[in-house]
Amino acid sequence: MTVTHPNLEALEPKMNAEGVSVYYGDKQAIKDVSIGIPAKYVTAFIGPSGCGKSTFLRALNRMNDTIPTARVEGQIELDGENIYSTGMDVVQLRARVGMVFQKPNPFPKSIYDNIAYGPRIHGIFEQKSDLDEIVENSLKRAGLWDEVKDRLSDPGTALSGGQQQRLCIARAIAVDPEVILMDEPCSALDPIATAKIEELIAELSGRYAIVIVTHSMQQAARVSDRTAFFHLGEIVEYGRTSDIFTKPIEQRTKDYITGRYG
Amino acid sequence: MVLGLALAGWLSARSRAWTLRANSGRRLASLPNYHGWYVGLWIFIPTVLFVVVWDAISPGLVLQSVLGGPSADGLPALDSARLDALREARAVATGALASTTNPDALPMIAPFSDALAQYRWIGIALTVIIAGAAGAWSYLRLKPEFGARTRVERVIMAVLILASLVAVFSTFGILASLIFETFRFFEMVSPLDFLFGTFWSPDPMANPENPDPTRYGAIPLFWGTLLIGAVIAMIVAIPIGMMSAIYLTQYAHPRFRAWAKPALEILAGVPTVVYGYFAALTVAPMIRDLALSVGIANASSESALAAGLVMGVMIIPFVSSMADDSIAAVPQAMRDGSLAMGATTSETIKLVLVPAALPGIVGGVMLAISRAIGETMIVVMAASTAANLSANPLDSMTTVTVQIVAMLTGEGSFDHPATLSAFALGFILFLVTLALNFVALSVVKRYREAYE
Amino acid sequence: MSEAITTPAGEPPAALEPVSAHRTERFEQRLKARYAQERRFKALGLAAISFSVLVLILLLGNMLLNGIGGFQRAELSVEVDFVQSGLQAPTSGATAAETMRSLDEQGLRSVVYRAAQQSLGAAGADQLNSEAWREIAATIHTNPAILTRKELLSLPASADLSAGYSGEGTREMQELASELVARDLLRKSLDIGFLERSDATDPQLAGIWGALKGSVLTMLVTFLLAFPIGIMAALYLEEYAPKNRWTDFLEVSINNLAAVPSIIFGLLGLFFLMTAFPTLRSTPIIAGVTLALMTMPVIVISGRNAIKAVPPSIRDGALAVGASPVQVVFHHVLPLALPGMLTGTIIGMARALGETAPLILIGLRAFVATPPEGFTSAATVLPVQIFLWSDEIDRGFVERTSAAIIVLLIVLLLMNGLAIYLRNKFEKSW
Repeated sequence: MTVTHPNLEALEPKMNAEGVSVYYGDKQAIKDVSIGIPAKYVTAFIGPSGCGKSTFLRALNRMNDTIPTARVEGQIELDGENIYSTGMDVVQLRARVGMVFQKPNPFPKSIYDNIAYGPRIHGIFEQKSDLDEIVENSLKRAGLWDEVKDRLSDPGTALSGGQQQRLCIARAIAVDPEVILMDEPCSALDPIATAKIEELIAELSGRYAIVIVTHSMQQAARVSDRTAFFHLGEIVEYGRTSDIFTKPIEQRTKDYITGRYG
Repeated sequence: MVLGLALAGWLSARSRAWTLRANSGRRLASLPNYHGWYVGLWIFIPTVLFVVVWDAISPGLVLQSVLGGPSADGLPALDSARLDALREARAVATGALASTTNPDALPMIAPFSDALAQYRWIGIALTVIIAGAAGAWSYLRLKPEFGARTRVERVIMAVLILASLVAVFSTFGILASLIFETFRFFEMVSPLDFLFGTFWSPDPMANPENPDPTRYGAIPLFWGTLLIGAVIAMIVAIPIGMMSAIYLTQYAHPRFRAWAKPALEILAGVPTVVYGYFAALTVAPMIRDLALSVGIANASSESALAAGLVMGVMIIPFVSSMADDSIAAVPQAMRDGSLAMGATTSETIKLVLVPAALPGIVGGVMLAISRAIGETMIVVMAASTAANLSANPLDSMTTVTVQIVAMLTGEGSFDHPATLSAFALGFILFLVTLALNFVALSVVKRYREAYE
Repeated sequence: MSEAITTPAGEPPAALEPVSAHRTERFEQRLKARYAQERRFKALGLAAISFSVLVLILLLGNMLLNGIGGFQRAELSVEVDFVQSGLQAPTSGATAAETMRSLDEQGLRSVVYRAAQQSLGAAGADQLNSEAWREIAATIHTNPAILTRKELLSLPASADLSAGYSGEGTREMQELASELVARDLLRKSLDIGFLERSDATDPQLAGIWGALKGSVLTMLVTFLLAFPIGIMAALYLEEYAPKNRWTDFLEVSINNLAAVPSIIFGLLGLFFLMTAFPTLRSTPIIAGVTLALMTMPVIVISGRNAIKAVPPSIRDGALAVGASPVQVVFHHVLPLALPGMLTGTIIGMARALGETAPLILIGLRAFVATPPEGFTSAATVLPVQIFLWSDEIDRGFVERTSAAIIVLLIVLLLMNGLAIYLRNKFEKSW
């Protein structure tokens, strides 16, 4: 059962999960999880590996659909609309709920084409100059513009790991999503690149609802406003980040934060 | 017999090793079996070598002793008659021939069988002596601390290396034989006439001393080969093979895949002669009738189109499996990344997966082309032997492989330029496919490494 | 690549319009078009697969339809009164050939012809296959007792009558055939002999045993050469070969050899026939060697994959207890990799069995009416037999060709089935 911190102020919710369970075949990976994702804030999911935090994140933009054996129960709403209802189109959903993966995965195309990919498939621009503008704005917002503006036609894969990850963030921003899901975005990066991504997350948080999965408690403490602690497929505790780290209520949370396991 | 000797050596050495072990009361450096193998190999290898050498030289020795005898005086002086008589006498003596009517050969039979028996005994005696000597020498070296194992293993390694050299030998064998015969051909017909001439009609009955070089222009063959193998077949095989692979890997229900994939594999396992028969018997008449019914009068029943279409079908499974492998090698993260942006499956395939897999696919297509232009039976059975330089796929055309078969199954002798031209064609075919394979394999290899 | 830490661009990016671009009318409409495209693409994929499956069905159906006729032949019912004929069985212990010669000298042919005249009439007797008496002689050889009886025998009709029976050939033959059928003297019956006889100029008498035996002998040579050499080469390359330019070269030449057109191997074989062993032309041994060179690279490549699948922990374990590298491979790696190697070998052998082009070049295209006696006697193989028959225009041969193709496909299917069975049975996950 989730323990929610008592003095948590209500925020404008962007997404809301209600009694969500995820199964892989017969195995239950997520057990009855309920949580609200506030708009324009950063929510962090922490927990030991295998606790289901990434699985839950993938349920938020239906990326679990790509795994044939995966099955989702319960209700996840985006602006009050159930994303698993028949009326919700998965393409539209994913355009609204973007995702950044653990390992940077730029497409084997030029930097420009990587960013332009989303706007092109969704057709959200009128003419070439609009597209140029979207690419430039996205790269600027991702803090990558100054580094790549002279080599937009270079392949995206030629960038360094940290630059690739920022490229992927820029790629997600380019379709102007409402929510950005980040699945351990810094786990493959060195500390300097990590610092830049964290800086970027802080800047983006005013515009988008951001959900970040991380196994680094320091990172969660640095970038997030709200934190949910996952353990064995459940949310054990949910509250303001500062509260979770300084005044944990549950014993399991305390153990995890003090480094007994994880 | 040699095996028996080696076995005897093996057994005695092994028992010797057991005794050594019992007497010395300590462990041997190698297991008794290895001592057995050591002696066995020492007997086997020299004797086999001797037997091979003896087989090569003994006929000569037999002949000499027969010619040295008194019955040789009655032989005819004429070379060919003399050789005939000798050959027949030998055949009767060895039992290969029941009897002979050649009067010259008859008196030679008895000396031949005598000489043969004599040298046979000499051979057996020498074999036994060599085996005994080698066996004894190796047997005496057996000691408790003797490293028989390392020595035996060295022989095993040598055999393994030799086995892996067979591939190199065959490659060089192919190259050498093709170059040799091609060179002979180019002595009769200039390479320029051959490579750039546009008229192909070798006459295997013409005087080989003075061939007409204008009849050896191979351009129409190259054109036919390219049109059938690299154009028509690929127009069929590439889109269908690619789409099959895409559908099977990205869309198909596992149960559908479970029976569609074996169907493709069966298609791949059908022998080419069956495709050829199918092309000649069913497809070619069908295409001709179709062409006639839409008013194309001069459609050939041996059209390039029929052969190319069937060849394309043959290549489909090949292209499909290459495309399958290439697409499967694209990391899942790419696919997820595109889907997470809100791309549909087909957009993901067209805009991300296929471009990412392109080097692998291109490599696969090159291999497919190389296979198509080297394919023989379909074109032999369904395409024509008449060389036409035409852009109309309904015309009859011929290919390099068809002409190789035609030239080598014709009536010409092996010294005739028409026959030798087949080797020149084979040489060109070998070079082209080698280049295609080499480039394709390195492209595919580099592609695989890029995603590992 | 190192990353310079730069401050983000000075100006904050311009804010986009508040309404998200994904909930506009335009987006929805475009979405519909995108889904239509998706469906079209998927249908295209299904069409591609269906095309291949359809061609396969067409191919197999075509062969089956024609081939069923090939397993049958038109036979005439002839009553032969052996008692009246006065034929004497040769002494027991005579060989089949001796029996045949003796019966021929006693006038078996005319006995049969007279019997046919009585049963079928003069026109029908003329269409009894001219070699039918040989079959009677063979029957007498195995069962001399029939010489004391009257026997109703089913004997092969002539090729012409057979064609007439199938609704082809000359008008007279068609009429004769329908008349004989009406009198219940002519019918198609299952022809087991097709699997027991050898090539003949008359489709009614042609069989595939000679070609089948030639294929078996050839495959035996191929297997005995290619399997050990292929396995040893795979072991060397995968387990012992040092990584250097020389072994790279070995590897490249093996990979290329696997992709060389088969006809090139035919040229190689022909070259050696011409220069070194002219007496071996058309024999299973030269065919087997040629195919072995072609099959060996396939076995090496699949063998290496099988060896790669054996986990290194097993090698480490064996090395750790003091086994030598040779012992490790022969005691541990080889037994574990063998099923995989066998699978690859069977697939390679199946390919060799269906191979035609190189064998035509080395002379296996000759008309061989008797099954080969050994590795060095003239032979043909099944696919070449198919090729040879396919050139015949006679309707009988069209059917025989398809029947031979069915036999070949069944053999290949069995081989591939065996390979799949082995793969599934021994497939281990480490």
